[in-house]
Amino acid sequence: MTPVLEVSGLRTEFRTGAGTVPAVDGVSFSLMPGEIIGLVGESGSGKSVTGFSLLGLIDAPGQIVGGSVRLNGTELVGMAPQELRKRRGKEIAMIFQDPIATLNPLLTIGQQMEMALAAHERLGRRAAAEKSAEALARVGIPSPRERLSSYPHEFSGGMRQRAAIAIALLHRPAVVVADEPTTALDVSIQAQIIAEMKALARDYGVAMIWISHDLAVVSALASRILVMYAGRIVEEGPSARVLRDPRHPYTRGLIDSLPSATRPGEMLAQIPGSMPSLLSLPPGCAFAPRCAFASSACAARPDATAAGDRAWRCVHPLGQDRTDQKERAAS
Amino acid sequence: MKPRDQYLKVEGVSKIFSPRLNLGEKIARTLTRSAAPLGLQAVSDVSLRLPRGQTLGLVGESGCGKSTLGRLLAGIHEPSSGEVRLDGLPVMEHGKKTTTAVQTVFQDPFASLDPRMKVGDAVAEGPVLHGLVAPARAQSYVEGWFRRVGLDPSLSHRYPHQFSGGQRQRIAIARALAMQPKLLICDEPVASLDVSIQAQVINLFLELRRELELTCVFISHDLSVVRHVSDRVAVMYLGRIVELGETAQVFDRPAHPYTAALLDSVPRIAAEGEALVEFKPIEGEIPSPLNPPPGCHFAPRCPRATARCTAEAPPLAPVAPAREAACHFAPDQLREAATRHVA
Repeated sequence: MTPVLEVSGLRTEFRTGAGTVPAVDGVSFSLMPGEIIGLVGESGSGKSVTGFSLLGLIDAPGQIVGGSVRLNGTELVGMAPQELRKRRGKEIAMIFQDPIATLNPLLTIGQQMEMALAAHERLGRRAAAEKSAEALARVGIPSPRERLSSYPHEFSGGMRQRAAIAIALLHRPAVVVADEPTTALDVSIQAQIIAEMKALARDYGVAMIWISHDLAVVSALASRILVMYAGRIVEEGPSARVLRDPRHPYTRGLIDSLPSATRPGEMLAQIPGSMPSLLSLPPGCAFAPRCAFASSACAARPDATAAGDRAWRCVHPLGQDRTDQKERAAS
Repeated sequence: MKPRDQYLKVEGVSKIFSPRLNLGEKIARTLTRSAAPLGLQAVSDVSLRLPRGQTLGLVGESGCGKSTLGRLLAGIHEPSSGEVRLDGLPVMEHGKKTTTAVQTVFQDPFASLDPRMKVGDAVAEGPVLHGLVAPARAQSYVEGWFRRVGLDPSLSHRYPHQFSGGQRQRIAIARALAMQPKLLICDEPVASLDVSIQAQVINLFLELRRELELTCVFISHDLSVVRHVSDRVAVMYLGRIVELGETAQVFDRPAHPYTAALLDSVPRIAAEGEALVEFKPIEGEIPSPLNPPPGCHFAPRCPRATARCTAEAPPLAPVAPAREAACHFAPDQLREAATRHVA
């Protein structure tokens, strides 16, 4: 099977008065049809800018300055805007965190879906309504035909996000980039949407990049996980194994600082300090100033070390021998 | 129950938010003899006790009334009926807050700090105004609190925008504690913070709570955070407390189907040897609090619901030692939870 999306060495920068911010600094990964990968990181890690860059949604002062994004073999970086527009929404689509900001408050859901359809397809009104209602039904909106004439404010938060998802999936894109789509929702609604997204990926072969700060959400959804810190991917691999047995001290720190990792009432493990400013990153490993294992070897930028289906950027990786032996023994 | 166990005593507290009607609307209402109740019942007949030095977690989804209840406890809202007492004294009298012993830390420290006031002044304002500290000593008093919450005292001359989210939340905590409260209400204090910063703030909370022997109410939609910091937990749904009890017991063996369903819908990282965790979402959406379903509010989404549930709202009643639940089927739920827990 060939990957549907191949990203290599992607670099996106923002030129500000204070200097150049390397928001995405050499990100590479590939995505198979129907695969869901989770892109995790804290605020300022560059996970959302990575998502936007994939669709070419970067405006000045930001700029994609290097690397390649190949969608079904076609290079998107440097593509003419009108060519890119033909693919956006049709072959690659995005779901945003806040559906209130995505949906137009002055148009009915039906009108907005009709417009999204008309952007890539010639359809009669009736056929468009038919197709829209089908799409709403697929994401679990009850009585979809009646709902087409509702305005976004008549929907609950969860329904609005469902409608936004339905619009993103209208043309059955090969790739969907979802940027924190459940962060603003209640847990019971989040659980419903996660279950539905998994089913959609499975039934239609849609590949998904799920951007989130929440490790547990990603572990419930994604088969593979990419952990970002200060614009770089510091660790990647199958979700369950990365979360159970991380290689990078930052991944370990994130997992350990979750309240569920410690017995109730006891002090949580915490990562000291905070994310460095991207304007003044340390020359070597960006995590070194907060890392308990840092040494003089961390002053040089660590290369990615790959082993099987896992990779990490750290000169002092954790817990390696133990599980590798276990896995070898098991296989 | 000993008075010590009733340090915080909430008795039948309700809060109805009603719209102000203009003359035309009043006439229309009289003419049409509209009997429909006006207003939104945000909190409905809540009674609870909290012993001194304990932390009560308040959990629930949006619109369940947890923040409103927090504000009623803090004396920010006046209850429509019922009373809140702290150490035997009412928190509010004649619509006015009568004590400084309850203080609140809010979710968004950016909104709760005046952007044009130096943070040191924001921390000093309350204590000076209420005579807790002489104006001449305010500076050193503030610096003391800055140190306690892990901030460099020299930062007290800066403005809120010069701080990160985690630092701002530390300032908000310092400002609340500088009032020397007995009861601290924390309304989603870590919800807007990154995981690594969240851990730092939770640790600070645990530390200060122990040092200052605070009684706390910790409001959060995040069940894992509540489990970590609370001794007791109250689960709310559409204005009512549906379950109340010791934290570990409620989380391990929920007695209300809503609590059980809520716990099942939280994604968690699979433990060693466990496959990917499959969770079971609750069916349907949270109904509008403007028009809650009759009987038990959870009945339309509840797997156990029968005709009795929509006819008759179950009261919050004891189901086991020190545990209460508002469900006709709480004993069954509890029994099944016990077998599941063992398995």
